[in-house]
Amino acid sequence: MSNDATRRSRTHVSCTVNGDQVDFLADDGTSLLDALRDELDLTGAKEGCGTGDCGACTILVDGRINCSCLMFAPEAEGCEIVTVEGIAEGDHLHPLQQTFLEGAALQCGVCTPGFLVSAKALLDENPDPTETEIRYALAGNLCRCTGYDKIVRSVQEAAVQLRGASR
Amino acid sequence: MTVTENRPDYKWVGTRPIRHDGYDKVVGKARFAADRNSPGQLHGAFLRSPHGHARILSVDTSAAEAMSGVKAVVTGADFPDLPIGHPERDTAVNLMARDVAMYVGHVVAAVAASTRAEAEAAAAAIEVEYELLPVVLSLDESIADGAPLANADNRTAFSGSDDPSNLATVTPLERGDVDAAFEAADVVVEREFDTAWVHQGYIEPHACVVDVGADGKAEVWASSQGHFRVRSQAAAVLGWDTARIKVIPAEIGGGFGGKTTIYLEPVAARLSEKSGRPVKIVMTRDEVLRATGPAPASKSRIRIAATNDGELTAIDGWIGYAVGCTGDMAGFVGAMSVASYKFPNLKMEFVGALTNTPRSAAYRAPSAPQAAFAIESVIDEIAQALDTDPIELRLKNAVVEGDLTSMGGPHPRIGFVECLEAIRDSEHYQSPVPDGAARGIGTGFWFNIGEQSSATVNLNEDGTATVITGSPDIGGSRASMALMAAEELGLDVHRITPVVADTESVGFTDVTEGSRATFATGMAVVNACRDLVGELKARAATIRGVEVDAVAWVDGAAVVDGHDPLPLADITAKAKSTGGPLTVTASLNAGGAGPSFAVHCCDVSVDEETGRVEVLRYTTAQDAGTAIHPSYVEGQMQGGTAQGIGWALNEEYVYADDGTMLNASFLDYRVPVASDLPMIETIIVEVPNPAHPYGVRGVGETGIVPPMGTIANAVSRASGVRLTSLPMSPPKVLAALDDR
Amino acid sequence: MRYAAPATVEEAQALLADDTGAQVFAGATDLVPQMRAGRPAPSLLVDLKGIDRLTAVTHEDGRWTIGAATPTAELTRNEAFTAAFPGLSEGAGLIGSDQIQNRSSLGGNLANASPAADSVPALIANDGQAVIATADGTRTVPAAEVATGPGRTSLADGEFIVEFTFADPPAGTGDAYLRMIPRTEMDIAIVGAAVRVTVDGDAISDATVVLGAVAPTAVVVPDAAAALVGTSVADGALDDAAATALAEAAEAACDPIDDKRGTIAYRRRVAGVLARRAAAIAVERARNGA
Repeated sequence: MSNDATRRSRTHVSCTVNGDQVDFLADDGTSLLDALRDELDLTGAKEGCGTGDCGACTILVDGRINCSCLMFAPEAEGCEIVTVEGIAEGDHLHPLQQTFLEGAALQCGVCTPGFLVSAKALLDENPDPTETEIRYALAGNLCRCTGYDKIVRSVQEAAVQLRGASR
Repeated sequence: MTVTENRPDYKWVGTRPIRHDGYDKVVGKARFAADRNSPGQLHGAFLRSPHGHARILSVDTSAAEAMSGVKAVVTGADFPDLPIGHPERDTAVNLMARDVAMYVGHVVAAVAASTRAEAEAAAAAIEVEYELLPVVLSLDESIADGAPLANADNRTAFSGSDDPSNLATVTPLERGDVDAAFEAADVVVEREFDTAWVHQGYIEPHACVVDVGADGKAEVWASSQGHFRVRSQAAAVLGWDTARIKVIPAEIGGGFGGKTTIYLEPVAARLSEKSGRPVKIVMTRDEVLRATGPAPASKSRIRIAATNDGELTAIDGWIGYAVGCTGDMAGFVGAMSVASYKFPNLKMEFVGALTNTPRSAAYRAPSAPQAAFAIESVIDEIAQALDTDPIELRLKNAVVEGDLTSMGGPHPRIGFVECLEAIRDSEHYQSPVPDGAARGIGTGFWFNIGEQSSATVNLNEDGTATVITGSPDIGGSRASMALMAAEELGLDVHRITPVVADTESVGFTDVTEGSRATFATGMAVVNACRDLVGELKARAATIRGVEVDAVAWVDGAAVVDGHDPLPLADITAKAKSTGGPLTVTASLNAGGAGPSFAVHCCDVSVDEETGRVEVLRYTTAQDAGTAIHPSYVEGQMQGGTAQGIGWALNEEYVYADDGTMLNASFLDYRVPVASDLPMIETIIVEVPNPAHPYGVRGVGETGIVPPMGTIANAVSRASGVRLTSLPMSPPKVLAALDDR
Repeated sequence: MRYAAPATVEEAQALLADDTGAQVFAGATDLVPQMRAGRPAPSLLVDLKGIDRLTAVTHEDGRWTIGAATPTAELTRNEAFTAAFPGLSEGAGLIGSDQIQNRSSLGGNLANASPAADSVPALIANDGQAVIATADGTRTVPAAEVATGPGRTSLADGEFIVEFTFADPPAGTGDAYLRMIPRTEMDIAIVGAAVRVTVDGDAISDATVVLGAVAPTAVVVPDAAAALVGTSVADGALDDAAATALAEAAEAACDPIDDKRGTIAYRRRVAGVLARRAAAIAVERARNGA
């Protein structure tokens, strides 16, 4: 017995993930988040809600942030995907990762991957954001532990460092 | 800013090293509950009751069992019945309904199948016949005369009665002569308040993977606030020996009290046992909101008497908590939480009452926020009536060491006055209130607890150390354990690896609740390190050929007069020849958890046309005893404050009349987002707890207690009308403005 | 459930003709949550983003053409578009988080037919025309005629929105959109108000007022517009009497419901407030642009 919910149609998806060419098979209706986590074992992106409301699954798709829970896996065909696992350069942490560590911007850490990806996208586009701009840019990422204070400060500090480095 | 009293000169305690588990968390390597898959695993899904209260007449699983991919189906019949009064009966009944479904979302059956979609489809195909029962949805309905029973198995705790009742607890408190005090009062303020159900809102949904082998042994991978409790609860619910169950603690993605009980593990275990395969269950956000947590809704009536010179002479009142579908201690705990002011005369009653809503769970200083909201609001109104400074009024009445708690015993050394003074003297409070804004003050208290903890400290061959505990790390406690061990051993904190071990690899440790991890588990670490230092001195004495009394331990080395200091690494290198491995385990049942007080100050503006409240500035001062890692103490203060702001302004469960939750998503259950909040300024006050070797007080919970009163006081001062109902959402505020 | 990404409008039409259980989508920011909430899964997901025309933004011969699947982030980043239609850009930019903005679209926002859709009031206020792919071609209707009730549209089975077109606003025109939400972000509007005015000399010569989330669909409020037309803005601001009349007309046009997000009384009150505030901003923009 089968029905629409369980009938499986699989699509071959070819894309790059964190710079590597990747091929995988995914159920057509499966989310890109589930494909990343279950097919590629990239469990950095989390499912906090599954409806685009918490941002824990945030990834970069062709340089733009997306909730991977709202994307169907086949939509990744031909895309450049970057997850939290891909924002460090080898052993060299991204300045945001370093300032999050030094600034105690994480407590439980489950929202951290999404915040790092969103903050990276923000600073890639706006190297000198105001506090208000940071807060609105991160409004799609929920954190229940920190009250956001140390996250915002860590993004500000990373922005300073990145501006210094690019001079 | 930190206010410090008699602080010894520590080398490591009070510093801010990068946390040991941080790297894995910023690169995406940390494994949370849903991040593990086991070879051959099945996926579980639930059938949940669509009714708020219904007798389950029959459950037909035959169609589901015949569906593609389905490997096992379980219902209430697959679990032993625990007798009324068994401490885990409510947990057992809550995670799998037996004869009666007691809320919308109550689990009635579960399926394990090859894919989640198959499991969900099969669960939907299970046929259940229900007989509808009356739904008790609110506190008022629950305590009304002749109210139908929300749960016929409930008995009122401590009452000695075996009669079914909607009352979970009734706790009266009385001292002095309240009637005479109100008679003599210059000012009396009385108000009624209500607060909504709110959820802990951890970002990580509950999840587990359970593998039951043919030998009957179960390996459980789950995130929780206490894996030993997961083990004991699962064992009780399944009717198994605890020794059959090993629980491995995943990283926990937030708990706030909500992960001090279990929902999934025994069901996954039974499905695994039936199917012979590992079973993974991951809740959706919808399930989390409908069927876990929340914290009780409340209603209260508070009356306070004062003299013209600002002495609060009496309080009387009633605080009721709607606790959900099973017996609960919320009302009793609430009674303990009213202990901030001297109140020579006091007469209060605290009630917990059952409702056909999810079984409530602990949420950060459980029951205290509801009480503090009401009491701090009335005190603020008295300050207004007396035209006195709200901090000075509180200073005049604040409890100090020796004053009575609400339960009657004396307070130990506490830092309430110091917190009030810290806010009074802060740049924030000293600055003028911005145009168009108003300022509010509120306070909070949490008594904290100690309980049982174990720690093992292993010194490695090269002089590094491993600190092993059984307390899950929710917000940086591993770093705190390492800092205390570093201080004791004289070892660089980054040469210490703190580990949270599974239930077979460390001694019993109670669940992380009551802000106890850094206090109690930290004390176990300190005790183990002190024993280790004793052993190190003995080994050094052997190496140096002197009496052990001649050896001192200074800054990580054994010092003997006339010899060069013998560093720790030189001793560990000779462990084999001096008596074997250097390892110590310490276990304790910690007493003397120091209460923690907090005082908050905020500025708000109110849009008079829409009722929207904006929090413009927020400062919190809290007594941490001693801040082991100040960054994470600040983080606890800020996080609790943010949750409190959500509770104050927008968070609430919205129920239909039949008990269906209407806003079970992060879209409509509105936790604060980054743009809703200002920076949350922190003042760590340090009044050391004499019962802890470093003076630690638990800091995790107190921060959520003051915000509701603080914001209500600010909004009331901004608008000229007293806000008495949470959340202070725009429609409610606008309606209150209209009623001026 | 199958997935298909047609490259042309015609391919999409063929896919839809072959499978009555098919569902088009662009960002799926409504579709996925609805499926998770129990909406039956479609047999075929038709991803419209691969069709160039549906993500094209052009400005030619005095008309803007916006592909229906264009991510709203592309509109808010488009300086010329935002300068021409600041209120529409605002409304589009309020749909969800930055993550959502990279997926959400005008077409999806309208076709989902939520009364609270943030881009729709300004879409209507600017007389947006929806070009709809039909079984055998296209038809063009005013955007106001697409949604017919909560979750209901005038689109026939197999039809989908291809693009929207807008005439360049006349000189001296400004628009604005405001919404009321309890938080600062991530909420569904309890009330939305779009106002477009054209100022000629010192007086308002033309106006459109459209409210969201206060009726089964976005509602055009001619009485509110009439309250503005002919009134003076010589002081640089809205005339007090006109503002009051506008707010009253807006309140009167509301046919809201009580639900988890807001009450009837609250929606009505705030509709007046937001209409007045949006009109003030629109006037200021019109004068600055004039």
